[in-house]
Amino acid sequence: MPGTYIPSEYLPVLIFIIIATAFGFGALIIGTVFRLKKPYYEKLLPYESGIDPKGEPRTRFAVRFYIIAMLFVVFDVEAIFIYPWAIVFDKIGIFAFIEMVLFIVILLVGYIYAWKKEAFQWD
Amino acid sequence: MNFQLPDLTPMIPELSMTAFALMVLLLDLLIKKKEVVALISIAGVALVSLTLFGPSGTTFGTMFISDGYSTFFKIIFFVNVILSILISIKYIAVEKINYGEYYSLMLFSTIGMMIMASAGDLIVLYLGLELMALSTYVLAGFNRHDIKSNEAALKYFLLGAFSSAFLLYGISIIYGLTGTTDLRAIASFISARDLTDNFSLLLSIIFLTVAFGFKIAAAPFHMWAPDVYEGAPTSITAFMSVGPKAAGFAVLGRVFMIAFASVKADWAAILIPIAILTMAIGNIVALSQTNIKRMLAYSSIAHAGYALLGIITANNEGLASMMNYLMIYAFMNIGAFAVIIMLRSEGFKGDSIYDYEGLSKTHPLAAVLMLIFMFSLTGIPPTAGFIGKLYLFVSAINAGYTWLVVVAVIFSAISAYFYLRIIMYMYMREPKTTVTLTTSFSNGIALGITTAAVLLIGILPSYLLDLAKAAIKGF
Amino acid sequence: MIQQLFFIYFAFAITGLSLLVVTRKNPVHSVLWMLLLFFHIASLYLFLNAEFMAAIQVIVYAGGILVLFLFVVLLMNIREELRIGKYIGAGPTGFTFAAALLVVVFMSLRSFVAAPPGIYSIDLIKKETHTMVLGKLMYTEFLYPFEITSLILLVAIIGAIVLAKRRLKT
Repeated sequence: MPGTYIPSEYLPVLIFIIIATAFGFGALIIGTVFRLKKPYYEKLLPYESGIDPKGEPRTRFAVRFYIIAMLFVVFDVEAIFIYPWAIVFDKIGIFAFIEMVLFIVILLVGYIYAWKKEAFQWD
Repeated sequence: MNFQLPDLTPMIPELSMTAFALMVLLLDLLIKKKEVVALISIAGVALVSLTLFGPSGTTFGTMFISDGYSTFFKIIFFVNVILSILISIKYIAVEKINYGEYYSLMLFSTIGMMIMASAGDLIVLYLGLELMALSTYVLAGFNRHDIKSNEAALKYFLLGAFSSAFLLYGISIIYGLTGTTDLRAIASFISARDLTDNFSLLLSIIFLTVAFGFKIAAAPFHMWAPDVYEGAPTSITAFMSVGPKAAGFAVLGRVFMIAFASVKADWAAILIPIAILTMAIGNIVALSQTNIKRMLAYSSIAHAGYALLGIITANNEGLASMMNYLMIYAFMNIGAFAVIIMLRSEGFKGDSIYDYEGLSKTHPLAAVLMLIFMFSLTGIPPTAGFIGKLYLFVSAINAGYTWLVVVAVIFSAISAYFYLRIIMYMYMREPKTTVTLTTSFSNGIALGITTAAVLLIGILPSYLLDLAKAAIKGF
Repeated sequence: MIQQLFFIYFAFAITGLSLLVVTRKNPVHSVLWMLLLFFHIASLYLFLNAEFMAAIQVIVYAGGILVLFLFVVLLMNIREELRIGKYIGAGPTGFTFAAALLVVVFMSLRSFVAAPPGIYSIDLIKKETHTMVLGKLMYTEFLYPFEITSLILLVAIIGAIVLAKRRLKT
């Protein structure tokens, strides 16, 4: 029957998550209960090795990061496709090899393209 | 587990086109003169078009269908991409966006359209649509130092992604209802289980209509079209006013006529108001446009409304006249854009309709060509546009939609105002600004082909229609 | 019973988290809520007996796409969402349409009848493992869509470089 499935083997993961969350929040809560609260100006300043902080904490990222991240995602997805392929490779046989070669060749063209366009270079 | 490689012969056009597009992408890295890349692209598409008339049939189960219907649409896509490249060569140099990716993205977009036209399965259809759309989003924003081009790409992408979500939701409902994404299997399941009155099915049809309506720019899903058409590079406007629209019609026809054949009355009832609204908004809003690219965007919306009549008739005659119309539209619309593109020169945008004032005195040939294309878009004989509309209307009347044709004719008459206004400006006003035309050999060829096609189809109409009718046989 | 409880939790959590993502004024907060959202979606996949999808959801979405989002947020360096009257004014209309759509969808889906399940039962998938079943399908029956995805990924590479590379090399 559909809809009656429980991933029981993931129960330890759930327990881990619950313990980790409880531990994290618990530490914070216990901290707020027991710690001294005596704030003053220097204490509230962000730590900058003793120098008074100036300007914006956040700076604009260069667009290059975006290109790198985008290329990472694309090749990440490509790698994901290879994973189930590796598992069924011996079941399907030589065709599996051919189809994955085709897939990789198409993306290899993209890789060569990106390389030649100096997308991996930091200008 | 024994897996046999499917028969690849029906999909030779797609395979060769893919190999070729990859080659163009790599050649771009080696060739410094991008005009050469353009010429190679055209030659390659011409070569690939020879394979179109190879064996037909279905392969990969029924995921890929190569039949007359898909072949006819592929011819439209090839005409579209070749003409668009021809008008681009000089233009993108003027715009200083002369990069080789431009051509390979066009080819990838065309592959997406081909996949859509041949899709026998909703998953393949969706992937083809995304391939086409992603390439077109990038192309719309290709002029990346122009803020309008950026706006165009962003709007097109956001709304396109939104419409894709509708498509996927619709597909998921259909899959839940029928347990398959194969078009013919969906049709047989619907009739076997008698799902014709199921509201979920109706909802999924509505969602698919939204998604396809977005691609063909039918009202009320047309909001993106004017801004995108205006902001995108003019050559890309020409490209995407024909290609993605035709591809949208191809899938609309195939999905609705095959998968939802048993609920024709339902989707016809959805499409009729959409068609009327599309014609109304397209033609009426176009009246107040002063930017010619925006005006043609609304005109393109209106033409989608006319072509929808072919789907609404829900028979082979209607589909054939729709295909015929889309082919004609490819020629006349790209022809009009080929004239518009000439007005763009260094430091002069040339996209206002006032730039056409007195064009007949300064550049009589360009004015005559524009006159022909405007006549054709209006639907005045002896141009092809008249023939296209005539067959569409006749097929709709034969299917019993006389009142709808009357509505269409009224809107068509309204459209004469804004098309003929351009002609009036060209011939009856004195030139105010000195317009220099950016002429080029390739653009001349494009103009030659489109003018010849518009006039020839106008004078000898039966040939193309017979071709469309032959293509639709056995659909 | 218990799986229904879990489903209800996930359904509400995912909807609530999605709302948090789109309503936060600080875009970095939105991205972090989205991280939590992705983990919830991944857990939902687990309950659908789709382990591999759950893993992908974490690896690709939480790992890759979220980083991309964060880069874009930091790229634009917006601390607070811009409030432009022109767009805020459309709220009530949009809300009305969305509510109407919700009602229509809800009403229509009441008549939904699920198709008979296919051959991939829970036991079969448990026996063969989800990744194996997925792989067998994707590399035989769904080979053609799989190859199309490589083209889509390729276009994504080209698109990113064309639109964002500072000095595009000719």
